[in-house]
Amino acid sequence: MSFPWARQYEPATGLTKWLDEKLPVPRLVYNAVGAGYPVPRNLNYFWNFGVLAGFFLMLQIVTGIVLAMHYAANAQVAFATTEHIMRDINWGWMMRYAHANGASFFFIVIYLHIFRGLYYSSYKAPREMIWLLGVVIFLLMMATAFMGYVLPWGQMSFWGAKVITGLFGAIPLVGEPIQVWLLGGFAPDNAALNRFFSLHFLLPFVTLGVVIMHIWALHIPGSSNPTGVEVKSESDTVPFHPYYTAKDGFGLGIALLAYFAVVFFLPNYLGHPDNYIEANPLSTPAHIVPEWYFWPFYAILRAFTTDFILPAKLWGVIAMFASILLWFFLPWLDKSPVRSGHYRPLFRKFFWFGLIPAMAVLFYCGGAPAEEPFVLLSQFATAYYFLHFLVILPIVSQIETPEPLPYSITEAVLHSDKKPVLGENTAPAV
Amino acid sequence: MSKLISARLIAILVGLTFVIVVMFAFFGGLYTLATEGFGEETAEHEFHKHPNEYPFAFNGPFGRWDVAQLQRGLTVYEQVCSACHSLKYVAFRDLADLGYDEAQVKAYAASQTVPGIDPRTGEQTTRPGLPTDYFPSPYPNAVAAAAANNNAIPPDLSLITKARHDGVNYVASLLSGYQAPPAELQREFPDFTVPPGLYYNPYFPNLNLAMAPPLTATGQVTYDDGTVATVPQMAQDVAAFLAWTAEPTMVRRKQTGWPVLLFLVFATVLAYLSKKQIWAAIKPKNRD
Amino acid sequence: MADTTATDTKEHSPLIEKKDGVRRRDFLDVAALSAAGIGGLAVVYPLISQMAPSEDVLAASTTEVDVSAIEAGQAIKAVFRKQPLFVRRLTPTEIAEAQAVPVSSLRDPQTLDERTKEGHLDMLVTMGVCTHLGCVPLGAAEGENKGEFGGYFCPCHGSHYDTAARIRKGPAPTNLVVPDYEFTSDTVIQVG
Repeated sequence: MSFPWARQYEPATGLTKWLDEKLPVPRLVYNAVGAGYPVPRNLNYFWNFGVLAGFFLMLQIVTGIVLAMHYAANAQVAFATTEHIMRDINWGWMMRYAHANGASFFFIVIYLHIFRGLYYSSYKAPREMIWLLGVVIFLLMMATAFMGYVLPWGQMSFWGAKVITGLFGAIPLVGEPIQVWLLGGFAPDNAALNRFFSLHFLLPFVTLGVVIMHIWALHIPGSSNPTGVEVKSESDTVPFHPYYTAKDGFGLGIALLAYFAVVFFLPNYLGHPDNYIEANPLSTPAHIVPEWYFWPFYAILRAFTTDFILPAKLWGVIAMFASILLWFFLPWLDKSPVRSGHYRPLFRKFFWFGLIPAMAVLFYCGGAPAEEPFVLLSQFATAYYFLHFLVILPIVSQIETPEPLPYSITEAVLHSDKKPVLGENTAPAV
Repeated sequence: MSKLISARLIAILVGLTFVIVVMFAFFGGLYTLATEGFGEETAEHEFHKHPNEYPFAFNGPFGRWDVAQLQRGLTVYEQVCSACHSLKYVAFRDLADLGYDEAQVKAYAASQTVPGIDPRTGEQTTRPGLPTDYFPSPYPNAVAAAAANNNAIPPDLSLITKARHDGVNYVASLLSGYQAPPAELQREFPDFTVPPGLYYNPYFPNLNLAMAPPLTATGQVTYDDGTVATVPQMAQDVAAFLAWTAEPTMVRRKQTGWPVLLFLVFATVLAYLSKKQIWAAIKPKNRD
Repeated sequence: MADTTATDTKEHSPLIEKKDGVRRRDFLDVAALSAAGIGGLAVVYPLISQMAPSEDVLAASTTEVDVSAIEAGQAIKAVFRKQPLFVRRLTPTEIAEAQAVPVSSLRDPQTLDERTKEGHLDMLVTMGVCTHLGCVPLGAAEGENKGEFGGYFCPCHGSHYDTAARIRKGPAPTNLVVPDYEFTSDTVIQVG
């Protein structure tokens, strides 16, 4: 399960020896994030985001529990209790801003984590299970974030709940009964609010469970690294502690600086003014948008505007779910023997000049009003999105000739003059 | 092997299906755009103005409340806005933030009439307010508010500056922005009219607003501190007051933020140096 | 572990060196860890403070009661901090009964004078919360059991209070609490 040169935990005191026999938690920590976990020595700062994601999950759980102590999930008072938290509860304003912006930062960190996984193909064997669990975590996060946004019971909460549950209405035959069942009524009201609150409280702990499995699965093959070359010898690795605890500590400092700058000075920047208006079932806001982290998928949903055998609405819903679910198949769609984008010239071109601009367009258009040119742009970007993952990736991984890989991680770090494996050109890519 | 190829073939077919369907919509949209263009320019789009920037004391990361201005804003709210608009999330006790002492808050609360219950008969009645009471609403319920205002319910003002884009500037601009529709607008959009019961205001997204100009003349309210109550003065004062009602903790928030950020800068520098020291031993070149 | 040293090459000596201890590095590590610790502790404060009474609860912690309508021998229940407040106008007999008790014989020795305001000997203001485990004693409303000493009686565990609301029999450790209050006029008291 680990490299043979991994350091072994040795309890030093009588107490830790006793504990190690009864319940070896210190040993677990030592082997998971301590000196007992050998990690490739060449990880760059993109490898910080896993730890940061864990931090923001815990932050959300702590602030969320605090808010749940003061919030009441009842359509009559939900908006008022939210204001009560903002005005009268000691530090309540900070807790709520920390939680609302914590969700945004959780997503920022997760998107960068996913970006890392896509560019360095961290999803490839032997790490498929880590990736699959990661996609599950992402889906859980999206569900949790959506339900959390409903709780303040503002205008965007209400209409978001209505529109998103309306997606299920697109399913033929059973769609409408499913929507009514999800809401426990014909429109969002007490029943919906209460169940969303209950699930919003539950799902983070489910997420935490999946995160533990995600980390467990990670410790079996060990971390990937920017070269994509597997660890060969002890000189390729360093112990997680102190090397990566120190590096993650610095990364956490930077992340917290950005986070608290937003919490204290721009707390409403990432939100929407309409959510400071209490939910009104009789009046729809002029411009309904989800929170920013849903924009790419919202753009895909809205890109399907024409009936084509199936109704446009159904196409949009299918495409939106498919756009995430297809990630489950990535480990098998991309068959390149090389992991890192550093050494894959063709993949790299499509990644930087195809996928990244397409995602940028989808992000932008998802938050823009549903009018031209945004609809056309998002249609074009949506087409590329599916083309990239389902067509380009399988074909490119089949036909491209990778650049020569370094012999080992140590060689990549030290630029030693060992012979490269695949030919003369040893210049490191990028 | 053949199984794998066929699996990827399925993926490619699925991908192409999505691409074909969305491109079908794309070319349909492109055709519409080519034949019909971007659609007519609307008066709402062309003549809507973004709010002006006002130099409020609470702006910026070092902002502080201008207590005198908030007090003047309270005067405007009380003498003008409160005729139609509620302020239901604000309690009289909160006015202590505006520099009033306990006795003044109590006196202010007592000067207001709030709904109550007759202790002897249990009937609905009114009583003088207590500091723990909230600002009373001018209408007993939404139906009464709609009936009295031509079906346009005056929104609660507690959160209005957070509930609009650039809300503080928006309120100040809107209140001092009533005017006759410009001649240019009439020329470009001959069909544009201001329906009876509505009022032209370029800062309102629809241009035509149901609220009659509330601030009309200099001296409409009398300020205790002797400031001349011009329309722009009143508009800015009440906007500042409503910024406070929307977020009474705003200044405290900013003042808490600075020590937190300074501490984090310090801690992050330490973390960086510590990381550098730890890594120095095994890094031949400092290359991340 | 054993073969770690065996396979050690040029690259690994720094790790070993670390164990020997380098002064400046240690200092920085300790400083960085301390900063993290201080930050963590600072976060604890709002997390604890948020559970303390909020501003609206604190603001509601004074109550005014109009006592003008209370006849001698009658009591009313008001609400102070979401708890019952007994305001009772004593009859001359009840005053005499209370004053006749030798203070030294009481579990919680207090005279009626100490439990009322000067000039308002007949106005007994107490919390309606039994000092045993917090039930509401009987005796404030008409026709309720006033207990063996004609004051209040707590049915939960049988505490008897006399006409000055002092504990006379039963498990309660102290007299019914007299909250901080004052007469803002002859007929109005402000509690809290």
